[in-house]
Amino acid sequence: MKLLVCISKTPDTTAKISFINDNTTFNTEGVQYIMNPYDEWYALVKALEIKEKAGGTVTLIHVGPKNNETIIRKGLAIGADDAIRIDKDPVDSLDVATQIANAVQDENYDIIFTGKETIEFNNSEVGSMLSELLQLPFVSYATKMDVQDNLARLTRDAGGHEEQVEVTLPILVSASKGLAEQRIPNMRGIMMAKSKALKVVEPVSVESRSEIIAFETPELRSSCTLVDPENMDELVRLLHEEAKVI
Amino acid sequence: MSVLVYAEQNEGVCRKPAFEAVTFARHTADLLGTNCIALTIGNPSNASELGSYGATEVRNISLGWSHFDNLVYAKAIADMAGEVNANVVVLGHSGQGRALAGRLAIRLQAGLVSAVNSLPELVENLIVRKSVYSGKAIASVMVKSPRSVFTIQGNSIPPAKKGTPVEVVEANVTLEESQIKVQTLASESGAISLPDAELVVSGGRGFKGPENWGILEELAEALGAATACSRPVADSGWRPHHEHVGQTGVAIRPNLYIAIGISGAIQHLGGVNNSKTIVVINKDPEAPFFKAADYGVVGDLFEVVPRLTEAVKKHKSG
Ligand SMILES: Cc1cc2nc3c(=O)[nH]c(=O)nc-3n(C[C@H](O)[C@H](O)[C@H](O)COP(=O)(O)OP(=O)(O)OC[C@H]3O[C@@H](n4cnc5c(N)ncnc54)[C@H](O)[C@@H]3O)c2cc1C
Ligand SMILES: Nc1ncnc2c1ncn2[C@@H]1O[C@H](COP(=O)(O)O)[C@@H](O)[C@H]1O
Repeated sequence: MKLLVCISKTPDTTAKISFINDNTTFNTEGVQYIMNPYDEWYALVKALEIKEKAGGTVTLIHVGPKNNETIIRKGLAIGADDAIRIDKDPVDSLDVATQIANAVQDENYDIIFTGKETIEFNNSEVGSMLSELLQLPFVSYATKMDVQDNLARLTRDAGGHEEQVEVTLPILVSASKGLAEQRIPNMRGIMMAKSKALKVVEPVSVESRSEIIAFETPELRSSCTLVDPENMDELVRLLHEEAKVI
Repeated sequence: MSVLVYAEQNEGVCRKPAFEAVTFARHTADLLGTNCIALTIGNPSNASELGSYGATEVRNISLGWSHFDNLVYAKAIADMAGEVNANVVVLGHSGQGRALAGRLAIRLQAGLVSAVNSLPELVENLIVRKSVYSGKAIASVMVKSPRSVFTIQGNSIPPAKKGTPVEVVEANVTLEESQIKVQTLASESGAISLPDAELVVSGGRGFKGPENWGILEELAEALGAATACSRPVADSGWRPHHEHVGQTGVAIRPNLYIAIGISGAIQHLGGVNNSKTIVVINKDPEAPFFKAADYGVVGDLFEVVPRLTEAVKKHKSG
């Protein structure tokens, strides 16, 4: 089984968000990056579980500059066999999807995993784009998955209810919560990661079709009105008359 | 030139997300001086209603089979976009919408902006806004290509009536055979779906254990609200995973979010801070959540919540 896991980086969830250049550029100064939790906790671990059962290899792929190799090494420490880094700081999802599609189109992976979304933008764009570029069936928001020979059985979150999906490999799967249990890299994994192969690939040129022209920070809430815990009628009145939400 | 909106149905009916998408599409069509055409798949019973929100035409593709397959649907929607010469395609930012949008952007060579939460502006190109960095900032995004695909964040564009019901016409497009087999599991019909809910009552570790959720459910029922929880609550199995809200759970933006016994960690706020009104009930006056709240109640949830439920019932019956 040839498995590929797309991993992205995202600012540490507690990072301070600010902008520079007249609010057009994200200020990366002092920001720590982590591997996107959906990729690390669910997509990668599920790929490892499938490999442990059926044999094969788990390859990581990441579109990003050299600085991001710490994230790739972490994925290798958790258990991936090798990795590909496409050497470009991507400008948007189309860039990411096109770079990955170009790098893997002749590789015949059986299953390609992405995370449900990158938590900083909540876009959920790359998986759908990549599956179209590679013309693969795409099972989004998988919460359970089992593979037998070349048949995958998945449970997907269909918004309010779940669906069971049966599909023949090759496929692309986006990993949602529940698909696997987070694994913490151990010392041995961290040592072994250092000697695993990390291939660097040159990017292709992609014309971007959208552009962020400005950022704003939302207005803070006007200070909180405290309501007497004995007087919930007053809270209901405020919600009805002032906030007009009930 | 036209604007095409895919009006998704849910159990045979077009619901609020469809009307929100049509409202956005109609507004875009007005800006561009063109038509707004709605597409439905599988004959939703109220498809003609889409006209009341601004669709000038409604076309439907009848289904030979009933499940959602993004590969097959994307091809049909793209074919339709070709037939009506659409330069803008609008979808809801639902599970279906998200799975389709990237495919459509590739097929149509269109610029994609997802989770849009404002009506568009036209300054040479279309400009829309979306929430980024887990709700900590808003980005204005400009589409640079002649064609665009947008997905519309739920509960951010109020459906606006404009026009009258129109006759539904069978589309000149067919669906290809699906290569995947799908079976629907236990649908929780009756329960209010969290991403679409206008009112949400949410509980955290302050509840101490799953056996104490009754008072939260009673409040939710009195309000007609959906229920949600913090991540440790779902992780401990006190509540189902799909109720987990926050940066790594569902991101929601209801009109009212009542957070009970939740401390207000930044990762939790990341999924709820776009709610219109936030009420926080916590016994610790220093809980960080109060800084993000509109209304706060400092007190023991086990006393405050039943009292609030009574007050809501009194209000509803009075
Ligand atoms: C990468 C990452 C992603 C994460 N993603 C999420 C996410 O998506 N969603 C999420 O929720 N969390 C997420 N977390 C976890 C988050 O950091 C917090 O740990 C979590 O939100 C805390 O949950 P809580 O508020 O229920 O519990 P606690 O922090 O333990 O808070 C319990 C609160 O209940 C109050 N309380 C206790 N007893 C009572 C009482 N009798 N009456 C009234 N109040 C009472 C306490 O004062 C306290 O404020 C994430 C963490 C990380 C590192
Ligand atoms: N720069 C990147 N390199 C590799 N994979 C990525 C990158 N950005 C996003 N992805 C993948 O796409 C998924 C969805 O991301 P997004 O569309 O940005 O929400 C992520 O969970 C990753 O699996």
